[in-house]
Amino acid sequence: MGIRFILMVNKQGQTRLAQYYEYLTIEERRALEGEIVRKCLARNEQQCSFVEHRNYKIVYRRYASLFFLVGVDNEENELAILEFIHLLVETMDRHFGNVCELDIMFHLEKAHFMLEEMVMNGCIIETSKANILAPIQLMDKAS
Amino acid sequence: MNPFSSGTRLRDMIRAIRACKTAAEERAVVRKESAAIRAAVGESDNEYRHRNLAKLMFIHMLGYPTHFGQMECLKLIAASGFPEKRIGYLGLMLLLDERQEVLMLVTNSLKQDLNHSNQYIVGLALCALGNICSAEMARDLAPEVERLLQFRDPNVRKKAALCSIRIIKKVPDLAENFMNPAASLLKEKHHGVLLTGLQLCTDLCKVSEEALEYFRKKCTESVVKALKDVANSPYAPEYDISGITDPFLHIRLLRFLRILGHGDADASDCMNDILAQVATKTESNKNAGNAILYECVETIMSIEDNSGLRVLAINILGRFLSNRDNNIRYVALNMLMRAITVDAQAVQRHRATILECVKDSDASIRKRALELLYLLVNESNVKSLTKELIEHLEVSEQEFKGDLTAKICSIIEKFSTEKIWYIDQMLKVLSEAGNFVKDEVWHALIVVISNASNLHGYTVRSLYKAVQTSGEQESLVRVAVWCIGEYGEMLVNSTGMLDIEDPITVTESDAVDVIEISLKNHTSDLTTRAMCLIALLKLSSRFPACSQRIKDIVVQNKGSLVLELQQRSIEFNSIIEKHQNIRSLLVERMPVLDEATYSGRRAGSLSATIPISNGAAINLPNGVAKPTAAPLVDLLDLSLDDAPAPSSSGSGFLHDLLGVDLSPAPSQSGTSQAQKSGTDVLLDLLSIGTPPAQSSSFSSDILSTSQDNTTSSGNLQRLSSPSMPSTQISSAAGGSPIMDLLDGFAPNPATSDANGPVYPSVVAFESSSLKILFNFSKPPGNPQTTTIQATFTNKSPNTFTDFIFQAAVPKFLQLHLDPASSNTLPESGNGSITQDMRVTNSQHGKKSLVMRIRISYKVDSKDILEEGQINNFPRGL
Repeated sequence: MGIRFILMVNKQGQTRLAQYYEYLTIEERRALEGEIVRKCLARNEQQCSFVEHRNYKIVYRRYASLFFLVGVDNEENELAILEFIHLLVETMDRHFGNVCELDIMFHLEKAHFMLEEMVMNGCIIETSKANILAPIQLMDKAS
Repeated sequence: MNPFSSGTRLRDMIRAIRACKTAAEERAVVRKESAAIRAAVGESDNEYRHRNLAKLMFIHMLGYPTHFGQMECLKLIAASGFPEKRIGYLGLMLLLDERQEVLMLVTNSLKQDLNHSNQYIVGLALCALGNICSAEMARDLAPEVERLLQFRDPNVRKKAALCSIRIIKKVPDLAENFMNPAASLLKEKHHGVLLTGLQLCTDLCKVSEEALEYFRKKCTESVVKALKDVANSPYAPEYDISGITDPFLHIRLLRFLRILGHGDADASDCMNDILAQVATKTESNKNAGNAILYECVETIMSIEDNSGLRVLAINILGRFLSNRDNNIRYVALNMLMRAITVDAQAVQRHRATILECVKDSDASIRKRALELLYLLVNESNVKSLTKELIEHLEVSEQEFKGDLTAKICSIIEKFSTEKIWYIDQMLKVLSEAGNFVKDEVWHALIVVISNASNLHGYTVRSLYKAVQTSGEQESLVRVAVWCIGEYGEMLVNSTGMLDIEDPITVTESDAVDVIEISLKNHTSDLTTRAMCLIALLKLSSRFPACSQRIKDIVVQNKGSLVLELQQRSIEFNSIIEKHQNIRSLLVERMPVLDEATYSGRRAGSLSATIPISNGAAINLPNGVAKPTAAPLVDLLDLSLDDAPAPSSSGSGFLHDLLGVDLSPAPSQSGTSQAQKSGTDVLLDLLSIGTPPAQSSSFSSDILSTSQDNTTSSGNLQRLSSPSMPSTQISSAAGGSPIMDLLDGFAPNPATSDANGPVYPSVVAFESSSLKILFNFSKPPGNPQTTTIQATFTNKSPNTFTDFIFQAAVPKFLQLHLDPASSNTLPESGNGSITQDMRVTNSQHGKKSLVMRIRISYKVDSKDILEEGQINNFPRGL
């Protein structure tokens, strides 16, 4: 299992989406998110996109006001996770059209559906945007 | 009605939460919403169930408890419509985890949905199962998942593959059922299925050796072919990422090849060509390409040796390391760390670059580089690398200093060949970053200093100089204070000057200045201050000229609010004031600390056979007075642990030796020392206080000792024993020796006889191997003082060597021990040792002498320790 959690956090450090692939209690999650966000947000553009924290490695990338943070274990290919974050953003872009923080907030369940189509139990399952979005579009059409 | 577009109220809630200015406001909004949802749950409000759940998800994300929504998830999952199920399963994955018992209830719904005619619903159930499946669910539902691996729709197959991973991780026994279907997934063209199939195979290999062999035999070629296909595939818009088709698939394939090739020459051979192709042909100007190269290098490093490929891989890493992109440099450092086991020489070539990375402004890169560099240190480069690192310590950022210091200290300890280098480097580190140095590091330094007797003078002078400039570094100050206390006279007299040193002139008062400043520095903590006080006590004996000044400094702390400091100052003050004659003995230099013992302790392995050196025993009071330095404390409790205890009071001889008043003493209500913790008690040679006036208040072990003594040493002694009031009565009745009468009736025996009465000799101590005889005499005109001549006789057939006799007396007595006539005691009474001591009884006429003794010697180089209490002194001494 490579991916331990995926977080989307805004510039103020507020969590906008959180998906964990291992069990942590609410208190542990809050503490972990606080620590990680503080660490990552303090870094500048020139610094590398990887931060080590506890036994996690955080791969993060910033898009406008939104930070995407992926916690992985030591086995994972950091560069590939960086690419995965970009794929996630592109997928959301394709669906929402220039995705922004509010899209994710108000369509939290859709963001989760997309993520579910991409990652399951900490592994990437699908890398084709069309395949990822097909079930969601079907659902939109049905309603 | 679509549940997802009916989010007006969800939107309202999010708006309300966003509008909150403080955390308290947010909590209030969430509380209100939670209450409303709870009420709705109670009413089984079908229409808004999904919306409530969406809100719950949001509340959960903010970190508030949402357990009351769990049953709602189950109800939604059990509903028939896809949208309800969709959000129900999402809620299930987010709000629940496999530990919760609610999951038991969902197994049945999952089973139904896995068999549903709608493939999307099957997909949902698989997804949920893959994320939250427990071991029990895995057993129940494994057959369904196995069947779905062959489902017609690839989107279901890929999810079933990942679900299988969860199942085999929970229940590894089930692995063999999945081997065949997993192998067939590798032949698929659909990227998602291939990706997940590879992942499943990888995980099967991890749990089952059998699976690894099976895949190695059956699939190596097909995986190699799959990699070839994807590497050479024409442009595929759906999977293209910056000119490369599906880098994720590349990486999965490379990773699986790594497992197949590891430890198998044939399989490794089979993949050589394609690895070489990937390593040379992949574009390295984009992140996606680099990700593949990175993975490819790791695979080359892991499979069986192929020198051509290895050169290729090391070259790629070299290129990565010199890349300007920090991400690439980071992974290069990461990868070099793994490569070090394969080809240390090749990694050494990049040492200079890696050292540069340690100085990088990026914390992540620094950390990686430092760890890598640490692995690269060896005997030949340790000096230059340490120098570089210490130089960097001066300019590095505060938050990095902790890591850096720990690594430097570890390098110094691991590779030091000569003590002077070790001490020099440590002093540099302590001066630069003493506040980051861990306690065990400076403890170890003190042990090393203590052992380097030819460097004592050099060290104390270097420390003196260092502390002038870096007085804010706590652990530097501690080491300096300790050394000045121990070797203060070497600092002042410039003893043991080395050629490399510049001569400095330090007066006694300068040395005291250093300690005083450290003691008064407001940033110094308790440990440092306590160490300062001890150093002062030691200096008061070493620098008699400064004694008055030191006393003044110590006195200032008598009112300290910190109990420890207050107590020490009071005790030390009383030593300086009243106990001139024992002070120099008390504050003798610490014995050389045993390096082996300390490092053994440090490694957590306490060896049981550490001999107590005689030196240590002799200087015990010193050790006792130093509770803060861990090695010293270790020394003490070692002697407690390992002391052979031949005498009846052996269990805690230190307590016994020192703490005469520790036993419950109803007759003295004023003494409170008995409440102190163990270490404190040990410190307190000095606060022994008044001994019990009557033997009835002695603790049981003391009593038994005295009884032993009494029974073994004849009538006379029993008669004269103050601990036996009953015998006194009887002796008085039966015509007692004069001294009883004298004592009983003459309140001031000094006046009774100017020449002093004649006191009978007593057998002070007798064990199976040793007998001690005390002869008493009083110098004329000084009734308080008694001269005791102790005669030691060896009853055993073995010669005792390194014979040392020690004694401790309560506070109202003062004891002066002269040197013994010899330290070798011939066997079987063929000779004896004599030793004189003088005891001054300040409570003469009111209290009798009492003494605790300890004898240590060696028989056939084995340490023996005996101890006991003497309370059969003739009365009136």
